[in-house]
Amino acid sequence: MIEIRNLTKRFDGRAVLDALSLRIAAQDRIALVGSNGAGKTTLFRCLLGHYGYDGEIIIDGASARRREPALLAQVAFVPQLPPPLRMPVGELLRFAHETTGAERAVMEGMAAKLGIDLDAVARQPFYRLSGGQKQKILVTVALAREAKLLIFDEPSANLDPAARGAFIELLAARQDCAMLIASHRLEEVAPLVNRVVELDRGKVVLDDAVADRLSAGEQHACMVVLREMHEPMARAFLSWGLTARGDLTFTGQVPAAESFRFLSMLSRYAGLVEKFSMDVESHRRKGH
Amino acid sequence: MSHPSGLRVAARLEVQESLRARWFFLYAAVFFGLMLLLAFTGISESRVLGFTGLSRLLVTYIQITMAVLPLFILVTTARSLVGDREVGNLEYMLAFPMRLGHWYWGKFLGRLILIVVPVLAALAFAVVYGELRGHDVPWMQVSLYAGLVCALAACFLGLGFFLSSLARSTEVSLGSSLVIWLLLVALLDLLLLSILIRSQFDPAFIVGIALANPLQTFRTASMILFDPQLILLGPASYIILDRFGVPGYVVWALVYPSVLGVVAAAAGFWRFRSTDLV
Repeated sequence: MIEIRNLTKRFDGRAVLDALSLRIAAQDRIALVGSNGAGKTTLFRCLLGHYGYDGEIIIDGASARRREPALLAQVAFVPQLPPPLRMPVGELLRFAHETTGAERAVMEGMAAKLGIDLDAVARQPFYRLSGGQKQKILVTVALAREAKLLIFDEPSANLDPAARGAFIELLAARQDCAMLIASHRLEEVAPLVNRVVELDRGKVVLDDAVADRLSAGEQHACMVVLREMHEPMARAFLSWGLTARGDLTFTGQVPAAESFRFLSMLSRYAGLVEKFSMDVESHRRKGH
Repeated sequence: MSHPSGLRVAARLEVQESLRARWFFLYAAVFFGLMLLLAFTGISESRVLGFTGLSRLLVTYIQITMAVLPLFILVTTARSLVGDREVGNLEYMLAFPMRLGHWYWGKFLGRLILIVVPVLAALAFAVVYGELRGHDVPWMQVSLYAGLVCALAACFLGLGFFLSSLARSTEVSLGSSLVIWLLLVALLDLLLLSILIRSQFDPAFIVGIALANPLQTFRTASMILFDPQLILLGPASYIILDRFGVPGYVVWALVYPSVLGVVAAAAGFWRFRSTDLV
């Protein structure tokens, strides 16, 4: 669906994207990770045609040199920071409908699931809403569109836990499009994605096709030794299928495709971990 | 269901956005209030240099308008594009599938409508007021002033869009707007031009500056109906009248600023489109 070849974007001579190449298939769900300044937002802006660049972005076989409305009609976008639009929410929804065909009834359904009543906020200026409300509106508009690619830049940063859960469910239900999600809350998007792409200094340094390894049934041997017993953590390990060996040691197999989510869970209890190992190589050898 | 064109959507958004902003109400209050003030202070009953009645009221109003309108337009417009870019509004709005040209020119049209409506409403009020007071309504003068205001508004709106497209920060955009306004004011007949005339500069050069300065063009055209010999301009008037004649100069005063504004806005659009949008 999208092929990015040697994409380079420089600011004041410094390459923020450095000959980046990436192929995004129609059903790909990609978690885009990387530290601040890695080039995630710049990549999004190039895809949206906001930036000029060197290299090529080919969408459905057509080269997208600059901003093309026909291509943007296939892309829904939620920015990292909600813009301080002065227009009332109702006007924003009308604008979205007029430019993208997103139906109000669909938006109302999406918004209700995220916990916001569009009629109640329709007359309020967008910039006066709380951070969470703004984010819910932007997510609503994006998900109500019949887009082929959803681009979310830290989409759940301002959402409360309930809305975050609803958001993940709504994303999981969208099977008809590709997704490119930049998020620091990896444990949330991990169940959604089939690829993890890591950027560093404008280059792809990791392209982990989780789905491929999932289909191969790869497992990682895992061992965790705790400093002291902690019941919630022990329950979490047992729910992952690990077995207790003595009071403080847990061992077992973690599906390779789930390793990302497992590590995210483990990171919450990092202070309690005395020793940890995850053996990738031995099981890859066994699998083959 | 058919959707309105992108141009119409962008123009509507701009009108609504401006109606929500304080600058528009201040602007409308200043220009309509000025007419009210002039009317009710009895200026139409006074006589200065042969002007009296509604003509006197309109001349006074249009001279003040010439000084304030461009500044108002430049200051409010210069922040428009660059301000939206700075706060992140552009990043979001331009991610929607609307043609860039529709978005840009829709904003231009919406803002132009908003700028001219209060001034035209003030002129309409003057006509009604004149009729009620029993003054003869100088329709030619009213029509000319309405046209001149539209031309001046298009001119400075175009310059404002150009500067806003060019600048990468609100401060630079505002600062350059003020410099341009001051330069054009300085090149009016009252200031720099009179010094140039006294210094015996080539008259063709001075007239060239006067014709190129949209403020001077507006000022001269606003007087030409009452001062067909352009005595107020002094010797430079001979060249203007020889080259243009009164009707020719009126056409110049209506067409030149409008074209200048559209060209400036088009240059701004070219610049806007060919660089990073956000």
